[in-house]
Amino acid sequence: MSGKTKMKSQFGNFFKYRYLINELVSKNIKLQYRNSVLGMFWTFLQPLLTMIVLSVVFNNLFGRDSSKVVNYPVFLLCGRLLHEFFTSSTKRAMKSIRSRASIIKKVYVPKYIYPLSAVISKFITFLISLLVLVFVILYFNLVNKNPITLTPNLLWAIPPVIVLFFFSLGVGMILATLDVFFKDIENIYDVFCMLLFYTTPIVYTIDRLDYAKDTLVGLLIRLNPMYGFIEMFRGAVIHGAEFYTYFNMNLFWYCCGVTVFVMVVGFTMFYKNQDKFILHI
Amino acid sequence: MSKYAVEVDHVSMLFNMSGEKVDNIKEYFVRLLTRKLNYEEFWALRDISFKIEKGDRVGVMGFNGAGKSTLLKVVAGVLKPTMGSVKVRGVVAPMIELGAGFDMNYTGKENIFLYGATMGYPRRFLEEKYDEIVEFSELGKFINSPMKNYSSGMKSRLGFAIATAVKPDILILDEVLSVGDAAFKEKSEQRILDLMDDGVTVLFVSHSTERVKKICNKAIILTKGQLIASGDAESMCSIYTEMINSR
Repeated sequence: MSGKTKMKSQFGNFFKYRYLINELVSKNIKLQYRNSVLGMFWTFLQPLLTMIVLSVVFNNLFGRDSSKVVNYPVFLLCGRLLHEFFTSSTKRAMKSIRSRASIIKKVYVPKYIYPLSAVISKFITFLISLLVLVFVILYFNLVNKNPITLTPNLLWAIPPVIVLFFFSLGVGMILATLDVFFKDIENIYDVFCMLLFYTTPIVYTIDRLDYAKDTLVGLLIRLNPMYGFIEMFRGAVIHGAEFYTYFNMNLFWYCCGVTVFVMVVGFTMFYKNQDKFILHI
Repeated sequence: MSKYAVEVDHVSMLFNMSGEKVDNIKEYFVRLLTRKLNYEEFWALRDISFKIEKGDRVGVMGFNGAGKSTLLKVVAGVLKPTMGSVKVRGVVAPMIELGAGFDMNYTGKENIFLYGATMGYPRRFLEEKYDEIVEFSELGKFINSPMKNYSSGMKSRLGFAIATAVKPDILILDEVLSVGDAAFKEKSEQRILDLMDDGVTVLFVSHSTERVKKICNKAIILTKGQLIASGDAESMCSIYTEMINSR
C-alpha cells in the first residue's frame, strides 16, 4: 500500500468508527459513577473536597507566604483540576489497550480508538468539573473574601486547556504502547504521577523555589510543561487584570512545542507497534 | 470488479514462542543480557495461497493446531500476516467468538450499541435493527438488566443476534453454530442458511465432515500450517476422513 492510500484508509476508518468513539466515551462517563448514590455529582464533589483538604493542610497547618496568592483555594483548584485531568486521562489511556485484550484479539478495530476515547472521556469529565471552579469563584465573590476580578483575559484559559488535551493524548499513546510490552510501567507511572504532583507548582507558587533557581532541579521544574499549562490557566483566571505581566507567553509556545514533539513520538511509536500488540496482550 | 471475495496470497504467520511472556522490564533486561531473548519461532501458517469466489462456501478442515483459527483471524484482519498479503472485498462479519466486545456492567440494550459500534455499524442502523435483535435473542425484559447477571447462553444469543443483524458479504464462522439450546440452535442455523441463500461468501471452520458437506461447496485442508489440499467439499471430506483414519 502506498503512503497516500494508507493515510486515506486510516482516515476512512476514523469516519467509519466515529460511532465507536461516541459509544466508548459515553460508556466511560456513564459507568464511572454507576451504582453510586450521588452519581454524576461526584464529578463536582471530588475536586471540591480535595480542594478543601489541601487548603486546610497547606494553608492552615503548614502555613505559607501569602503575599503573591490572591485566593489560595482558587489557586489550588486551578492547578489541581488540570493536573487531575492529565494524570487520570494518561492513566486510563495507558491501560486502554491491555484491558481490551479480549476484543482486540477477536475483532478488527483501529487500535488508536481506545487511547483516544479514554482521553476524550476524561476531558469531558474535566470540562464538567470546571463548574466547581465557577461555583468556588462565585462563592468567594459573594462573601467578598479575597474576591477574584474576572476580565476578558479569562479567554486565555482556553488555549492551555486545548493544548493540554493533545499533550495528554500524546503521552497516553506512548504509555499505551509501553504498557503492552511492559506491564511494570503501570506501577512506575503511579509513583511518577505523585512525584509530578509535588514537583509541579500546584500547592505552592514557583517563587518558593527561587532559592533553587540555578540548580538542576529548579531547571527541571521549569521545563515541566505542566507548569506552563497551569501557570497560564491560573494567570487567566486569577490575574486577569495583569495577565500579560503575570504570564510570559514564550512559556506557552514552549509547551506547544513539547506537545507537538510528544504527539509525533506517541503516534509513531503506536503506529509502528500496533500490529505486534495482539501477540503480547 | 474481481470475481474473488477473498484472495490469500503467500501468507505466512510467525509467532515467537518464549517460554513465558516477558512483560516486565527486569526480566527483559536479564534476558537481553543473558541473550535469551531469541525466542523459539513457530510458524502457524506457511506460505498459504488460495482464492475464494463470491458466493463460495469454503470449509476449513484440519487437526488441532493446524492453523485454522489463525487463518480466520488473518482473513478477518485481526492478525497481520508476517509475510504475504490478504485481500478482502466487502463487509466481513467475523463470528470467531461471540460477545467478546461486551461490557459486563452495561445492560443488554447498551451493549447492543457498543458491540455494534465495535463491528463498525452506525448507531442509526442499530436503532432500526434494535427490535429485531432483541426478538431474535429471546432476551425479553432482561435486555434492560446489566450483563453481569446474564447466563453464558444469553450472552452468546445476543452476540449472535447482533453479528447476524447485518447482511455481510463475507461470513467467518468458527464453530459458533452451537449457540444456546436445541431450539435456538435450529433457529441460528436457519439464519445462517438464509444468509447463504442470499449469496454470502462463507469461511467455515469445522472438524465435522458432516457439517462441511451440508454447508460448504468447497473445502481446504490444513496440516501444521500448510495447505495440503483444496477442492470441492465432497472429495476434501473423503481425504480428511482418510487422514483421520490413518492417524
